[in-house]
Amino acid sequence: MSLLEIENLSLDIGAQPILKGVDLSIEAGEVLGLVGESGSGKSMTALTVMQLLPEPARTTGSVRFNGSDILAMSEERMCELRGDDIGMVFQEPMTALNPLKTIGEQVAEGIRWHTGANRKDAETLAQKMLERVGLPAAMFPLSRYPHELSGGQRQRVVIAIACALKPKLLIADEPTTALDVVLQAQILDLLRDLVDENRMGLLLISHDLAVVTEVADRITILRGGEVMEAGDTAQTLSAQAHPYTRQLTLASMHVPSRVNTQSLIGAEPLLDVRGVTRDYPVRRRSLFAKSEPFRAVDHVSFSMNAAQSVALVGRSGCGKSTLARIILALDEPSAGAIAFRGEQITGLDQTAMRPARRDMQVIFQDPYGSFDPRQRVERLVAEPLHLLDKRPTGAERRDMVATALHEVGLQSNDMHKYPHEFSGGQRQRLSIARAIITRPKLIIADEPVSALDVSIRAQILDLLADLNQRLGIAYLFITHDLTVARAITDEVLVMEGGMIVETGKTAEVLSHPRSAAARALVDAAPDLRRALARRMQEQG
Amino acid sequence: MNGPTSHATAAEAGFFARAFTNRSFVIGFCVTAIIAAMALLSFFWTPYDVTRLIVADRMQPPSSAHLLGTDQFGRDMLSMIMVGARNSIAVALVAVGIGMGLGVPLGCWAAARGGILDEVLMRFNDLVFAFPALLSAIMITAIFGPGAINAIIAIGIFNIPVFARVSRAGALALWPREFILAARAAGKGKALITVEHILPNIANLLLVQGTIQFALGILAEAGLSYLGLGAQPPMPSWGRMLFDAQTRMVVAPYLAIVPGMAIVITVLALNLIGDGISDTLDPKLRRRP
Repeated sequence: MSLLEIENLSLDIGAQPILKGVDLSIEAGEVLGLVGESGSGKSMTALTVMQLLPEPARTTGSVRFNGSDILAMSEERMCELRGDDIGMVFQEPMTALNPLKTIGEQVAEGIRWHTGANRKDAETLAQKMLERVGLPAAMFPLSRYPHELSGGQRQRVVIAIACALKPKLLIADEPTTALDVVLQAQILDLLRDLVDENRMGLLLISHDLAVVTEVADRITILRGGEVMEAGDTAQTLSAQAHPYTRQLTLASMHVPSRVNTQSLIGAEPLLDVRGVTRDYPVRRRSLFAKSEPFRAVDHVSFSMNAAQSVALVGRSGCGKSTLARIILALDEPSAGAIAFRGEQITGLDQTAMRPARRDMQVIFQDPYGSFDPRQRVERLVAEPLHLLDKRPTGAERRDMVATALHEVGLQSNDMHKYPHEFSGGQRQRLSIARAIITRPKLIIADEPVSALDVSIRAQILDLLADLNQRLGIAYLFITHDLTVARAITDEVLVMEGGMIVETGKTAEVLSHPRSAAARALVDAAPDLRRALARRMQEQG
Repeated sequence: MNGPTSHATAAEAGFFARAFTNRSFVIGFCVTAIIAAMALLSFFWTPYDVTRLIVADRMQPPSSAHLLGTDQFGRDMLSMIMVGARNSIAVALVAVGIGMGLGVPLGCWAAARGGILDEVLMRFNDLVFAFPALLSAIMITAIFGPGAINAIIAIGIFNIPVFARVSRAGALALWPREFILAARAAGKGKALITVEHILPNIANLLLVQGTIQFALGILAEAGLSYLGLGAQPPMPSWGRMLFDAQTRMVVAPYLAIVPGMAIVITVLALNLIGDGISDTLDPKLRRRP
């Protein structure tokens, strides 16, 4: 008898079918990777097991946990199960914790509720659990609040809550998607260790094949609510019997074809950053203590040429986004200067900045947050046209928007729609259309593909590479993901603690990292090919 | 659920077309429309003249001749409610207008500039908030004399910090969003961004707050005229009708019930409209089947 056995599970929400005949099973001590793109029903499968589905949901089929049918269970019985025998880890560590309660209270809460232990015993147990997930009491006392912890530390607290009562089954829904690669590797290790220690079953939900390959024993691939293929991870992914499996694997390893566009050496650099520093004031600890400002960016200097594609990689909080905002003149540097096309742009007023802004555009990470929900695509994509000296007429403006939409592979009649009518990948195309409409020389892209599914990610990378070739746009790619850096850039800058610690050709830095920061990033980066090779080797 | 949808028509249909599919909006809107129509009608026609006193008909219970009965001077209650509605609506509407007209620009300005200006504006706001609104309104009308105009100004002043605060909070939540950053990267200034992006996105907050303040304005006007500080006789008003009725509660309870119900129904209808608007304008709720 399996620990969890799902047979022929179908789920409808309202009139919409979400899952169609899903089968999967997890043994004790086994990691099952559930892979699929957004909307494939991965999270809904997890919520079905937890019986936390939204209201108008109807399920058929059977979900047996430890032999008893979950679908037929009463709510009271489910409450006993949740958090005791089945634990859950969510994607967003920022919102999965209650900001008003200390971490000790939050870990102890479940223990007290389920075991009826008194506060003192529960806290001792909570302490032990927090230590187990890597938050020792000396540095992280129980009285800490979530906002005092970083993203990775918060995710450890969430895992401590889920595992405090040694559940038989742990469901982890994209547990590392919001974290940088180094933290991701640490959290995956922790989960794997907890599985081995307690002979726990782990249902690991992810869109990232590389992550699943590193951790999961078996894999189930979902698409549109149906199981496409299931089986041993290494075998399934190397045999690629099902066409969709092949498509996913190829997309995960996709590298856009691009001619090396090394621009003219010796020409005047397009962007020249000299000694840029940014200090943020820190709130004083006491009335008389002098406050040390926090230095987010520390004497950064680099330059890039026209049509060159440069990656700026680093872990979260290393100052890369602050640097991007300073280059875009959305933030003022405390010291240092930036020259764009040979002209100094630091300290210019808005009017004097206009020509520079025209040639420098931006793409943001979140395709959902980067558009005003109340405006139509035509106005949104045309926004940078505000920078032209001569305002285009209505007809000219529509023409330019149509051209930009065509260039990113959308239709010209899409301009009459609102942003919510597009999918995530299409919205990222809209962001790119907005960025290229003024024919800029430089685009700063802040994690442009990290919120996208693998197949969409491959398409967007292709599009960006293509625009680089056709329009000669230089890119500054900000990312923590080395596969993206490798796929699309010539040079790489590695940042840590506000400083650039290593620069060089992308391929060289990634194969022979010299600095500790670069090495940590390279080692932790999930790589499907490498992970598969290792799995095959282990199994002989 | 985030996939592309074919709800282009739903999004493109005007706001009112969508609002009219919302039950609470429809109910609230209809009731408010009836009250507003009554108030408008009273300019041209009322069942009886509210300035004529017919003592012989005093304190008649509701009948076919006087649908809502008559008061202690024999005036027709329905006619008085109609003329009183005019007064209540005008006072509350202009007071909300004053509050929005001054409060929203102040709040948006504070949010856009930040720093010391924000601090000064908001502390001043707190200062105005610290005065109990109705008591201060009484003070203002006591100094400048009772009357509808002074009541409007008094209620209006205390609407300003409410709108300033709501619009500042809404704007502050929007400023760090990526689409605002994108607009800044497109070289738009803070004033232009406020007009193009901030205001449309806080419009739902402001509309909802506007209907709440409108309802509160009607209550405040009733309170002031109850104390004799609002519209002056012979102009009828709901608040003074309540005041006049209280000594006759036992003899003729409908004298208090009729203006009381008028106030309650109006306030309720306005709150329903507010609910309906916030449901309709919220794009997350909008696509729920």
